[in-house]
Amino acid sequence: MTTPLIQLQDIHKTFGSNPVLNGVNLNIYRGEITTIIGKSGGGKSVLLKHIIGLLEPDSGEILLDGRPLSTMKKSERKAMKQKFSYMFQGNALFDSLNVYENVALPLKEKTSLPEREIRKRAGEKMAQLDIAGIGDRYPSEISGGMKKRVALARALITSPEIILFDEPTTGLDPIRKNAVHGMISDYQKKFGFTGVVVSHEIPDIFYISQRIAMLNNGSIIFEGSPDAIQQAEAPDIRNFIYGMENRRSGFNGAAHQTYVEQRFNQEKFRLCDHNITFSLIIFTLENFSEITEHADHMAGQTVLTNLTEYIRRQINITDSCSRCGLNKIALLLSNTDIEHARAFCQRLSKEIKGSDLLDIKPYPGFYFSLRAGFAQATRDSRLEALMEQAESTSNPFYTFNIC
Amino acid sequence: MTIMSGGKILVSALGRQTLAPIRNLGKLGTFFFWGVVNIFTLPFQFFKVIEQVCFIGAKSVFVITLTGAFTGMVLGLQGYYALTKFGSEGMLGSAVALSLIREMGPVLTAVMVIGRAGSAMAAEIGIMRISEQIDALETMSIDPVRFLVSPRIAAAVISFPLLTALFDVIGIIGGYITGSVLLGINSGVYFARVESSVLMKDVSGGFIKAVVFALVVVAICCFQGFYTHLRKEGFGSKGVSLSTTSAVVTSCVLVLITDYVLTSILL
Repeated sequence: MTTPLIQLQDIHKTFGSNPVLNGVNLNIYRGEITTIIGKSGGGKSVLLKHIIGLLEPDSGEILLDGRPLSTMKKSERKAMKQKFSYMFQGNALFDSLNVYENVALPLKEKTSLPEREIRKRAGEKMAQLDIAGIGDRYPSEISGGMKKRVALARALITSPEIILFDEPTTGLDPIRKNAVHGMISDYQKKFGFTGVVVSHEIPDIFYISQRIAMLNNGSIIFEGSPDAIQQAEAPDIRNFIYGMENRRSGFNGAAHQTYVEQRFNQEKFRLCDHNITFSLIIFTLENFSEITEHADHMAGQTVLTNLTEYIRRQINITDSCSRCGLNKIALLLSNTDIEHARAFCQRLSKEIKGSDLLDIKPYPGFYFSLRAGFAQATRDSRLEALMEQAESTSNPFYTFNIC
Repeated sequence: MTIMSGGKILVSALGRQTLAPIRNLGKLGTFFFWGVVNIFTLPFQFFKVIEQVCFIGAKSVFVITLTGAFTGMVLGLQGYYALTKFGSEGMLGSAVALSLIREMGPVLTAVMVIGRAGSAMAAEIGIMRISEQIDALETMSIDPVRFLVSPRIAAAVISFPLLTALFDVIGIIGGYITGSVLLGINSGVYFARVESSVLMKDVSGGFIKAVVFALVVVAICCFQGFYTHLRKEGFGSKGVSLSTTSAVVTSCVLVLITDYVLTSILL
């Protein structure tokens, strides 16, 4: 079995008379994004600060690569710490330094790179995060969203092995929120770092995480995959997860998956009792990564948002539309068989225009490719199986090129 | 049993009260030690030191000139009337120069710099602490003491003697303005007395004081800001305000105490 990269064993921490962590046990595996969820003020940030060594546990042990932190020499700890990067909840930008100096600081202080190389790397990172034009501004002169991106650029600039994100999307609008999630996911795939994210963004955060840990009353009450937590029976977990979700997602105005689940169950009753069939369509923005890479992270989100809005205008009130992945939208069509679903897709492919979906200036060679897969439900269908079926029978039905 | 447990509580409270300042002193000592050691660790933070020399030194020139001039003028005035009673107003140059170079120059320079730069240091570092900027430095494996404190110590050690020298010179000129220009003492006599009475050991003693005051002032002011978050009597901005006040008061008092100790050693 793989040894976890970071192991927290029976961590206790008390501030004054207030116990915050009561025996936390958590494993974080290499190359994965692990998200810690839990109530506000429940000790998630404290837990993160223990991992990076900003706080020392009252008792318990933290193991890095299987070695207890407490037995490491100071130099070993220092070397280990250099593999980490931390994105603070409040950004913690240096307010007397401008944006460029903030981003470049870790390189200036910790490497012997020449100034030209530092400028180049910082410039690239800033361009990737769409903050290239604000290098000479000070943190107090930029918006909350920009500050987040500056903090993210600073966290990524040294290409660390492990990045800890403390509520990276707090205070961002829904579009930017998902753009940040997309960035974390993309960079994780690109650079292969290990990510630990503290977040409240349920269920959006599930799409980018490989593991979820839930902290409740100072201890981890769940550790497992995003699918597993959504199927967990424990009332504390269910109340928290479903309490955090709204019927309408802030992401793109579409209903969340749980709402689709409810609608699926209702439709299934209608199918079983009255033999009224229904279908599911999964839309996938196939070149999502390419768009985010060539344009910016907002572009992919914008296309998805506009597509969802467009679809919502085309469907009946009994139908439901939901995001079901970073670049996927699920559409549940009531009283519709597969042929009608196919016809709906064809109609959509003819009527939809690129200008309806795109708010940005297209880069040279820009196009976006939408794939739609459809499946008709049967009396025995389960939502997950139906979604898999829809995706497996996918065929590209719509490709739009903008010159 | 009750008396015993009451006694136990009293003793433990007494122990805590005694240990807390000793612990703080130890922490200050370690903080100061690493602050000084890190001045000499590679790579040298040359530009940061220059930046701080500008802030602590260059930007204090005006205020030091002003206070130096008026201190010298007051000394000239007071000295003249005191010395006239003994018919020895010709000694004014000696009185003004020695009191400035030995005592008033280093002490008043330190006090003025505490007010101008020391309070700013405490507030700046305190705000960095409460807004997690110091934590951010630690997460980047940047030693915050080296990054924030060492350049300030180096800059203060460079700036304080220079500012003291400026204060002394302007003060002596101030004494000349009141003593010679306004009250009529012969200017040749005034400067001859200055020259004959001031010895090299007075000048070097004044500079030694300036260097020691620099170390005391920066250590106290940075320390107060750096540990703002540990204050029990106030958090956040209140904590920063308390740290700044404490930095100014403590370093002023310590400058005066150190002055006495150094004078008794140097004399």
